[in-house]
Amino acid sequence: MQQVASFAVERTAYLNADGTCAERLPAFAGDRDELVRLYRSMVLTRTFDAKAVALQRTGRLGTFASSLGQEAVTVGIGAAMRPEDVLVPSFREQGAQILRGVTLEEIFAYWGGDERGSDFAGPREDFPICVPVGTQAAHAAGVALAFRLRREPRVAVCVMGDGATSKGDVYEAMNAAGVWRLPLVFVVNNNEWAISVPRSKQTAAKTLAQKAIAAGFEGEQVDGNDVIAVRAVMERALAMARDERQPRLIEALTYRLSDHTTADDARRYRDDKEVSERWKAEPVGRLRGFLVARDWWSKGDEEKLLADCAREVDAAAEAYLARTGQPATAMIDHVFAELPAAMEGQRAAIAALGARAGGEGR
Amino acid sequence: MTALTMVEAIRDAMARAMEEDPDVVVLGEDVGHDGGVFRATEGLVERFGEERVIDTPLSEALLAGLAVGLGAQRMRPVVEFQFDGFLYPAIDQLVNHAGRLRNRTRGRLSCPIVIRAPYGGGIRAPEHHSESPETFYAHMPGIRTVIPSTPRRAYGLMLAAIRDPDPVVFLEPKRLYRAVREEVPDDGEALPLDQCFKVRDGTDVTLVGWGASLARILEAADLLAGEGIEAGVIDVATLKPLDAGTILDAVRRSGRCVIAHEAPRSYGPAAEIAALLAGEGLFSLLAPVERVTGFDVPVPLPRLEDHYLPDAERIAAAARRLMGYR
Ligand SMILES: Cc1ncc(C[n+]2csc(CCOP(=O)(O)OP(=O)(O)O)c2C)c(N)n1
Ligand SMILES: [Mg+2]
Repeated sequence: MQQVASFAVERTAYLNADGTCAERLPAFAGDRDELVRLYRSMVLTRTFDAKAVALQRTGRLGTFASSLGQEAVTVGIGAAMRPEDVLVPSFREQGAQILRGVTLEEIFAYWGGDERGSDFAGPREDFPICVPVGTQAAHAAGVALAFRLRREPRVAVCVMGDGATSKGDVYEAMNAAGVWRLPLVFVVNNNEWAISVPRSKQTAAKTLAQKAIAAGFEGEQVDGNDVIAVRAVMERALAMARDERQPRLIEALTYRLSDHTTADDARRYRDDKEVSERWKAEPVGRLRGFLVARDWWSKGDEEKLLADCAREVDAAAEAYLARTGQPATAMIDHVFAELPAAMEGQRAAIAALGARAGGEGR
Repeated sequence: MTALTMVEAIRDAMARAMEEDPDVVVLGEDVGHDGGVFRATEGLVERFGEERVIDTPLSEALLAGLAVGLGAQRMRPVVEFQFDGFLYPAIDQLVNHAGRLRNRTRGRLSCPIVIRAPYGGGIRAPEHHSESPETFYAHMPGIRTVIPSTPRRAYGLMLAAIRDPDPVVFLEPKRLYRAVREEVPDDGEALPLDQCFKVRDGTDVTLVGWGASLARILEAADLLAGEGIEAGVIDVATLKPLDAGTILDAVRRSGRCVIAHEAPRSYGPAAEIAALLAGEGLFSLLAPVERVTGFDVPVPLPRLEDHYLPDAERIAAAARRLMGYR
């Protein structure tokens, strides 16, 4: 008998939970401004998140999926991507979206039940949030195939949860990425839960990263609560995808500190003790500890940042709440490039319903 | 006896069936200790254990395919799909396998399975959580499509669906899950899977619907009664196979029919019923058949949802138009 294949999965981590660091840091970590940018993005994401939950609790936003505790994953992705790359997200990537120029008001609008929230003024080619779990993986393969066919030095970045890796379509997309060597980076945001189903009930595989190996490309793990590590592995993966047409899968190890969404009550299925334990490793305090230890961050900086983020988020929330609704006909005006003549009667009926209700939707 | 909501009645029916028949198993995402996202399986894992109430990995294609295999092995899986919008991957398995395994094997193998999913709008849900896909399933040969509209009917129809020897798609109007309570005796009595329910008598016009639309239809019937128009109401409940007799009977007496559903208009189930009336019912019609439906658009996000969903006023207005014909 001979051994015909073997594999290893590596894990990258720099910062310890207390903000000290274990390994030699990547070059960008020597740049205070860059680290402050990452820190600011994480704080902004968390501030946005808290506001969104508060708005939902008071009936002013729909169901919302928080990214509390996962800010380093989403910010690390957004910070490493180039503007011309394309983000194909699931539904917990607010941090990456914000860094790519999706406005806070647009994100509020989306979760507030308004389609205009997916008409990003900023990243025009990024995909909107994807709710049907895992279905976006093949879209990312399609986007990457287009880049390849047109010889464009761009990369598609597909983000999904740990639960999504159980879906066939995700594996199908990985298989295509492998066989065609697509410029595509898959990020598995492993927050250990898929609603009430723990990672251990999702797959018997030791890592999610190794799923890439079956598809013929490399998978690796990264400490997803260490934004320096996430940014570093993303940067490397993006460069390899862009320059060498090597797809890659990054499994980011993090933890969902919030309920699944505002419609969920995680205490039904998971121990509060587990959650408080995991708070100790959360990413924002970790980077702050590092910045403070370097003397790169003062109490004053912190206070100012918190105030700035609160102001920015509040202003976006105000703008969102003050938006006028769409006319009822907006539901039919974007279904086809041009309204087929056969649907004009339906449009008139919708317009009449709108008029009956006194004009605009909520 | 306590009054139950629809979601509790469905849970009781599943529990009853599990009690009666060890081959009944429940599968789905989060159906175990979470009790399902709508709590339809609440308490079942505690009562029947993790071998009969199975949390699956996240994959709807898997769920549907597992059901086919389990069914072929004479088990009776009741599979929960978390939302209407995530039921689409099951279509492949339902069309290509569940609906034809019996036929392909001349009866040697079969699929006594129940595919459950909450469906429809009206709860201000996120994208892909407000779909009304009943047409797809009703269109598939070999698949029954059932939609309850009250707790009692949900109980009886669910029991029937589980006991039925063939695949049943059971769509549950999530908007009505907790809307009303009703006495639901846990008596193990199933309801027929091929009979409409005559919910209200009225000989001026017949209002036909199912699921959450039925509540809107009943409101419309009240509005109309206030105007001296007596509207009869039929809950179709079993869309496929369709109980043509009950609908034709009612329309023979009223001569007028309004059909309401949340699903998009074109090729929706109302078209099937209208075709029935245009055929066998033609000579009893005093007026054209009216359809009050969703539009041919993806169901809008919550802000515009109310303009999409048929409401009592739209249904009543259609009935009034028909009263203009004599
Ligand atoms: C195809 C599909 N099935 C079910 C759901 C309902 N649902 C929403 S999120 C979720 C769990 C997702 O878990 P994971 O992939 O780990 O992502 P996370 O929510 O943890 O970010 C489920 C089952 C869905 N949105 N899409
Ligand atoms: Mg997860």
